[in-house]
Amino acid sequence: MMFLSFVKKEFLHIFRDPRTMLITLGMPVAQIILFGFAITTEVKNVRMAVFDPSHDISTQRIISRMQASEYFDMTQVLHTADDINSAFNKGKAELVAVFSDRFDENLLRAGKASVQLIADATDPNQAAMLTAYASNIIADYRQELLREHRIPFLIEPEIQMLYNPQMKSAYNFVPGVMGLILTLICAMMTSIAIVREKEVGTMEALLVSPLRPVWIILAKVAPYFTLSIVNIISILLLSVFVLDVPVSGSMFWLAVVALMFIIVALLLGIVISSVATTQVTAMLASGMLLMMPVLLLSGMIFPIENMPVILQWISNIIPARWFITAVRKVMIEGLGVSYVAKELAILAGMAVFLIAVSVKTFKIRLS
Amino acid sequence: MLRFLIEKEFKQIIRHPFIPKLIFVFPCMVMLVFPWAATFEIRDVNLSIVDSDRSTYSTRLAQKIVSSGYFRLTDVSSTYPEALQSIENHISDLVLTIGQGFERDLVREGSAKLMIAANSVNGTKSGMGSSYLSAIIRDFADDLRSEQGQMQGAEAVPVIHIAPQYRFNPHLDYKVYMAPALMVILLTLLCGFLPALSIVSEKEAGTIEQMNVTPVSKFRFILAKLIPCWLIGFVALSLSFGLAALIYHLFPAGSLLTIYCFASIFVLVVSGFGLVVSNYSATMQQAMFVMMFFLILFILMSGLFTPVRSMPAWAQTITAINPLRYFIEMMRMVYLKGSALADMGFQMIALAVFAVFFNLWAVFSYKKTN
Amino acid sequence: MKKAIEVENLTKRFGSFTAVNAISFDVAQGEIFGFLGANGAGKTTAMRMLCGLSRPTSGKGAVAGFDMIRQPEEIKRHIGYMSQRFSLYEDLAVWENIRLFAGIYGVPEKEIAPRTDGMLARIGFESGRNTRVKELPLGWKQKLSFAVAIFHEPKIVFLDEPTGGVDPLTRRRFWEMIYDAADRGISVFVTTHYMDEAEYCNRVSIMVDGRIDALDTPKNLKQQFGVRSMDEVFHRLARENALTSNAN
Repeated sequence: MMFLSFVKKEFLHIFRDPRTMLITLGMPVAQIILFGFAITTEVKNVRMAVFDPSHDISTQRIISRMQASEYFDMTQVLHTADDINSAFNKGKAELVAVFSDRFDENLLRAGKASVQLIADATDPNQAAMLTAYASNIIADYRQELLREHRIPFLIEPEIQMLYNPQMKSAYNFVPGVMGLILTLICAMMTSIAIVREKEVGTMEALLVSPLRPVWIILAKVAPYFTLSIVNIISILLLSVFVLDVPVSGSMFWLAVVALMFIIVALLLGIVISSVATTQVTAMLASGMLLMMPVLLLSGMIFPIENMPVILQWISNIIPARWFITAVRKVMIEGLGVSYVAKELAILAGMAVFLIAVSVKTFKIRLS
Repeated sequence: MLRFLIEKEFKQIIRHPFIPKLIFVFPCMVMLVFPWAATFEIRDVNLSIVDSDRSTYSTRLAQKIVSSGYFRLTDVSSTYPEALQSIENHISDLVLTIGQGFERDLVREGSAKLMIAANSVNGTKSGMGSSYLSAIIRDFADDLRSEQGQMQGAEAVPVIHIAPQYRFNPHLDYKVYMAPALMVILLTLLCGFLPALSIVSEKEAGTIEQMNVTPVSKFRFILAKLIPCWLIGFVALSLSFGLAALIYHLFPAGSLLTIYCFASIFVLVVSGFGLVVSNYSATMQQAMFVMMFFLILFILMSGLFTPVRSMPAWAQTITAINPLRYFIEMMRMVYLKGSALADMGFQMIALAVFAVFFNLWAVFSYKKTN
Repeated sequence: MKKAIEVENLTKRFGSFTAVNAISFDVAQGEIFGFLGANGAGKTTAMRMLCGLSRPTSGKGAVAGFDMIRQPEEIKRHIGYMSQRFSLYEDLAVWENIRLFAGIYGVPEKEIAPRTDGMLARIGFESGRNTRVKELPLGWKQKLSFAVAIFHEPKIVFLDEPTGGVDPLTRRRFWEMIYDAADRGISVFVTTHYMDEAEYCNRVSIMVDGRIDALDTPKNLKQQFGVRSMDEVFHRLARENALTSNAN
């Protein structure tokens, strides 16, 4: 009973702070909306300019195809070679297509014409995609010519996108947002809340109470646990009803994965709180050692396989990494539990390890 | 009077058990680790091939794809469902299916179809991967044609030669693109969080009360909090310049002075913002959470990871009130394009407006009397 | 003689709760004025208003000759304040705290170091000059707070429960410091709930539920209630108050 009154006290403590509550509950909403609608790694509406001295049927057809594609916005037609440099330096174009002289004539008579695609490679990814897309459009035009002229050896690849036919980035980001928010609430907020008690000195008072330390910690953790559950539910609702990202796998196993991760994250918060002595330290440590790695190394935004091997190893010890992979599999790809057995086992292992560490550090502090 | 306050701020920072370490460790971490992690560079697209044809052509095509160096062949399966398994297990990203009769169709009908299936959970990878795969396949067709042409002397096949050229970053090095922007993130986190925590921690310790009963003006008090952050920002920024030069051989194409000039205003913007948050918070947990909320949004909407121009119009409008966006734009322009101060007048004015706005707000929201 | 503090009908409300209810009193220059009352009687709120930390809901007054409503920042220049909760910088050394506040109050820099030494010698704490404040025992912390509060020779010093939680000997020493300051012409406005300390004051006021119920010299108050100690005065007042509130 005493435990329950403790829990009640902790809940009241948090609910009396409407600003933190608002932020806690509003954060996932804002992030989901941004990730769903604003942030995309796709390349769209890129400003393109053309330098077309031939101005013939072939170049016109290629240019109009490019204009029709969603990737490119035709901004200007350049007239001199100097214009090309100034378009780049003034940041007026990200891609300039330079057609060769007498393009159509050369293409059909001599069988050879050339296009130079000059890309602003400040953003190398965008530059590579732009040139790939533009090359594809040009190659498609050529493929059409080949078909018209009945030239043999025509191989036509049909491209099919699996799981995510619209190539929406949201599919990629929903699990990541979950991982980020849960780390923030469970690990960071919990650690700060507990260290605060230490700093203010009320922890001593709690520790001499007849309640066992474990229960005190559980009482402190309970409200954050509840907030996390509420957030998971709101993220899922948003992703299903606002982003149209369905839960294609089993709800039950998704819940198990989420619960497992919440436990690991809470334990992390407890461990940090038992090591840190001041709130500022707890905050900066969890910010640097948890938030940045979760953002960068968990595969939430940047694919892990692109990283150097050392960072891939490091990413293995980030719980969010396994959580995000598991959620992608269960929620988005609709795979069965046997596919996430490894992730679940790793998270469970981490939980056991963290429990051992926190029990040990707690004992040291008490003695 | 101001001198004594600044002296005190510096002593407190230097004596803090964690902050001085942070000022040196964080730039190192950001410059050493993050550029390697923060990359959309596409390497090793994993490919499964289903070859039901098992002909000379299909074998040659597979060889050509592998030798392109762009793809890593994970497995050659005999059926499509088998290959799909390896996509589901995240072993491969793409499946190329060469159907039965591929060679026969090509020879007899003059055309054949291939199927590329891509796991589009990672949109960039699947998009780029399938583009490159199509290009290799078309190349392969050209190879066959020219072999055949040599034998039969058929009519000229139209060929469009495509020559890509990459300006400002010819090797398409992602680190060159990310490092300058990551310096902005470093400054934002360091110079945003430190002042945000500094006033609240005085509130929690009770020392603010002793300050409030003195004749210190609000302006001086805020200024004394800003100046150390400013210097910390400069130290951290200089450190990251050095690290970028040392590790990535990355030197700004433009002038360092331009960057310092922008940075000095930018630090005032984020520190001012941190102080505003601090003024409205009663506990550190509150301050930290509000900061987290806004900084994550600022970072996501800054164009750091994803181009601002790909955002929908409403989101692009929102980025107009994001100071990070201007500074990141500027950093990349100076570092990569060598732009000068004159080219970036707009960004400069925008940042100056933010700096004045947040700092005035910080002064007015600091309450000595309640 | 000019009054150090003059207050008329000073009131502070928080929502529907009236923390300080129309109090009026004055404090003479050089006087030690005791401000007594149970916890929650409104002592600290009243003091915070006098120091310019909190704005009065109504009423008027002057502190050190400056208007409370219009010139709070001028008041701050001429007062010292020691809050109930220790509020010097714990991560700074003793001399650094003194230097900081002396600098803020505009003590010329050349004078700060010699005056610091003189002051530490007076309170017998030369050895603690370079100690970090967080390592000091509570008694020294309180003496240091007081020394910092009067370092710039203010007209009035406000002390909010300055001797909470320390042993009687340290309290005696502390009161010696208070007398010392008063002898130099600094008015002392001190809240306390130790009734024996009330005996040390020139005059005391007793606050009950936001009002001042009694105000006179300790001697007169004891006479008025026909008791022998301030403790009994206080209990009488508390009982009367309980009776009237029950009658209501």
